[in-house]
Amino acid sequence: MLNKLPPVVVHLLAALGCLVLLVLLTFAADPFTNLRIATVGYYLIAVAGLALLTGFNGQVSLGHGAFMFIGAYTVALLVKRVPAFPIWADLLLATVAGGVAGLLAGAAAARLRGPYLAGATLALAVGLPAVTQRFPELLAGSNGLSFTVNSQPAGLVGTIPSTQWQAWIVWLAVLLALVVLANLARGKLGRTLRAVRDDEVAASLAGVHVGRTKILAFLVSSACGGLAGGLQAFLLGTAAPGSFTVALSLSLLAALVLGGLGSLWGALWGAIALVYFQVWTDDIAEVLSLRSDISDNLPLALYGVVLIVVVLAFPAGIQGGLRKLWVRVRRPVPSQRGEAS
Amino acid sequence: MRSSRSVTAVALASALVLAACGGAGETPANNGGAKSGEPAPGVTDTEVVIGSHHPLTGPAAPGYSKISVGARAVYDYINDGGGVNGRKITYKVEDDGYNPTKTVEVVKKLVLEDKVFAIVGGLGTPTHSKVLDYLTTEGVPDVLVSSGALMWNAPEKHPNTFGYQLDYTREGKIQGKFIKEKLAGKKVGLLVQNDDIGTDTQKGLDQFIKDQIVERKTYDPANTDVTPQISALQAAGAEVVVCECIPAFTALTILTSLKIGYKPQLMVSSIGADPATLTGLVEQFAKQGGTQVSGGALLTGIMGTRYLPSVRGASDPWTEFFKGIHDKYIPQEPFTDTMVYGMVQAYTFSQALKAAGKDLTRQKLLDAMSSGELKGPGLTPFAYSKDDHAGYTGALVFQIAADGSVNTLEEAMTTDTESGEVKAVDDKRPTPQEVKLVG
Amino acid sequence: MTTFFNLTLAGLSSGAVFAALGLSLVIIYRATRVVNFAQPALALISSYVAYSVTKGTGSYWLGFAAAIVVGTVLGIAVERLLVRPLRNAPELSPIIATMGLLLVLQAVAGMIWSNEPHAFSYAFDFRGRFSAADLFAVLAVLVTATGVLLLFKFTSLGLRMRAAAFNPEVARLLGVRVGVMLTLGWGLAAAVGSLAGLLAVPPFISPTVLDEVFVFALTAAVLGGLDNPLGTIVGGLALGIGLSYVAGLLGPELVPLAALAILVSVLAVRPAGLFGRATARRV
Repeated sequence: MLNKLPPVVVHLLAALGCLVLLVLLTFAADPFTNLRIATVGYYLIAVAGLALLTGFNGQVSLGHGAFMFIGAYTVALLVKRVPAFPIWADLLLATVAGGVAGLLAGAAAARLRGPYLAGATLALAVGLPAVTQRFPELLAGSNGLSFTVNSQPAGLVGTIPSTQWQAWIVWLAVLLALVVLANLARGKLGRTLRAVRDDEVAASLAGVHVGRTKILAFLVSSACGGLAGGLQAFLLGTAAPGSFTVALSLSLLAALVLGGLGSLWGALWGAIALVYFQVWTDDIAEVLSLRSDISDNLPLALYGVVLIVVVLAFPAGIQGGLRKLWVRVRRPVPSQRGEAS
Repeated sequence: MRSSRSVTAVALASALVLAACGGAGETPANNGGAKSGEPAPGVTDTEVVIGSHHPLTGPAAPGYSKISVGARAVYDYINDGGGVNGRKITYKVEDDGYNPTKTVEVVKKLVLEDKVFAIVGGLGTPTHSKVLDYLTTEGVPDVLVSSGALMWNAPEKHPNTFGYQLDYTREGKIQGKFIKEKLAGKKVGLLVQNDDIGTDTQKGLDQFIKDQIVERKTYDPANTDVTPQISALQAAGAEVVVCECIPAFTALTILTSLKIGYKPQLMVSSIGADPATLTGLVEQFAKQGGTQVSGGALLTGIMGTRYLPSVRGASDPWTEFFKGIHDKYIPQEPFTDTMVYGMVQAYTFSQALKAAGKDLTRQKLLDAMSSGELKGPGLTPFAYSKDDHAGYTGALVFQIAADGSVNTLEEAMTTDTESGEVKAVDDKRPTPQEVKLVG
Repeated sequence: MTTFFNLTLAGLSSGAVFAALGLSLVIIYRATRVVNFAQPALALISSYVAYSVTKGTGSYWLGFAAAIVVGTVLGIAVERLLVRPLRNAPELSPIIATMGLLLVLQAVAGMIWSNEPHAFSYAFDFRGRFSAADLFAVLAVLVTATGVLLLFKFTSLGLRMRAAAFNPEVARLLGVRVGVMLTLGWGLAAAVGSLAGLLAVPPFISPTVLDEVFVFALTAAVLGGLDNPLGTIVGGLALGIGLSYVAGLLGPELVPLAALAILVSVLAVRPAGLFGRATARRV
């Protein structure tokens, strides 16, 4: 029956279902777990945006942290300078700011391919946070901005922990953005993106405007990055250059590959992995109680090992592995996948 | 594209409904506020759990990653002696890599998941400033912050937060006065880190030597080439360079000056004037730089300020005491002033914990901190009182001698962050015997 | 005028380092179409080996030699164990795998040598605006680069390496041992990278010391054209000098932004770098 509804309705219903599940989950979780749930949320939308650009459109960006930087500073400045704006307006503007930056970056990047694009976006990730040094009065230099976001309705203050409320807001925004992304990916744009990725010449012969498509992919993907950065600022009350290092950009890409390219589900697994690998490796390092030189560096080493092992053993990422598993389970029945699966 | 437009509309509508509750930057109607009177988290009859955040990995780790090692050795020493008031101290250090986002995450983990009693010695201005409001709202004691910024001293706004190290403005005043008197008339250049260290220090220096300062340059800790800055100081004719730098950048300043043939008198602030660390870094270059003498040659004559006993200073009962702990618990680590920084911090916290009494609550710890009775290993008194949460209030000026030891040029002075007088310390330092926590 | 001259000299020696590390990236990219993110970590480990050997023996040059040997061996090992199994994997896989290796090696360096910095010698006296150490850095890079160029252009080994990289199938039919050639390419690149590390590290070594150099080296390689060793050398030197002007005349805090601006403006005009072959298909 679901097959008969237009995809946008299906996606909205699915998002609503997810939101209900998540709200229930947040009631079962303690305040700190709720913070982690929210953290997974903003990483998810950043990685999902990257999935559209890199997975669907084949443009490798090593600089998506730069768009998170823009989103975070947009929210930070709005909260501090225009305190009357409600948080949803701040987040919307952070998304717009990320999108505008992506439009510019996309226009500059449309002619670049492969490693040239990778190099240019890496330079973006390194270069952009340096803006804070140039405008220390506005952007507070290397100390960055610190603020408290007021979003919780007065009636809810004290009845539910603030991290639980934050998790709701983050996931509401993330799920809405995902609905937009899923629609784009399923619709004409998704097909165009893949066509350009697979063969630019063929795509352009078929009437696709290659340059415009690539720029559009950048725009959508960076808007997601801007939203992710805005949500991070909302959640943690900080925007500082030290948070938007090359390491952040690279870890987004790593999450995308870990989760599995070419599917928005992959972004979810990647975001969960990004948050929880770190938790586990920290716990392992703590439990082993080794000399400080070793225990300090152990989480980093384990994270690196996981990246290598996953790439070598599961080249299609977690989503690829799950799909293989699913196919094996379903093998007796002839496969007939519905649109809404 | 019609579907995406309708999606946007739906998105807007639902966001409006769910979050239409006032401006994001406005102060909410009722703020949580410190919760006193409740049983203290992290405390049992036999244990008290405390937490901290430090850069243990990444670009900021060099220079900082050993502070918590020193602190842990002191806690181990105290725990082996039975703990404080019968409670062993469990010290949880989280690595934030000097990344403020990470700092917020790990501090929330310490508070919400590990349920720490207090945050002790959270390190760094860009990092710790991001958890200040949170710790205030949650009512978590936030004591002995490892940074010389002025913002930790705001008892009205942040009643739970206490500073530790000498703030940059006081230090600037003491350095400024010394330069005005002892290096009168010399042209002064500044090299400062590009954050509040620079602005706060200048506030202090300007009270005394505003007319002597001829050039001011900043460096970014991520960029290890300081040739442009040192060249500019040389071009401006600065005879004295005040270096408010972390140890690696003090060392880079020394080597870069040598490289470009520039010989200013260096005046280094306490954060970067650890002679043991500096010797380790520059020793090797003395020979290579063509100097005849070994080791300390490059450091000879450098002046600096400090407020803690130095491992290179004249024999000091506290240095000997900490050396004993070092030799027993962490003999494989170099014994440096940076390590002593962490050890003094841990010892001071333990003293406050003891003063808070057997029946431990968060409020009692804060009362013990602000009682004004904490006296410990440092060379100058703390400012702590009900209305003042600043840490150490002054410093002495020293000079590094050819053999790597340090000579005192001016005994410890103390002052305030405003225009108050810089005057000699008249308090008597207690010995380790007098404030002993073990045995 | 002296300022300008001094800045040019300073830029030349830092540019030489970008060029050398960039060159090592280009050799690998030509051989296996992989941008090796672990390159700074390979150079880091070999530099730490140099540190330990020099400390133990008192000889800078023994340390230097040990670093080059260890670097080469590491490069060969990485190609065999990590990159070869991924030769048919998606384009992103080697990027992530080498990134993972970067994290592992930096962590291992921290475990063995601690995250605290250690003093690391220059090859020669470092005093002077353009010191003996600076001269050595520039000469070492120029000699090495010339050697690499001659190897590729005029020797049969170089020809076979290029053939193996350019068209493995045809090369194999012609009797070239493609696998061996690719491994050799990685070994050679890692040796050049180790040299770059030894020149870039002083005065202090710590696990993240080469991160910034790597970003500029990749920028240099992209500037010059990833396929073109000569272009990378020129790109590296030009970038070094350009950034030195920016740091000296406008302020060091602008260096990362300037690198971005230079890269974007060059790529806007020449999408495959200054000397890269324009592979863009016209449509």
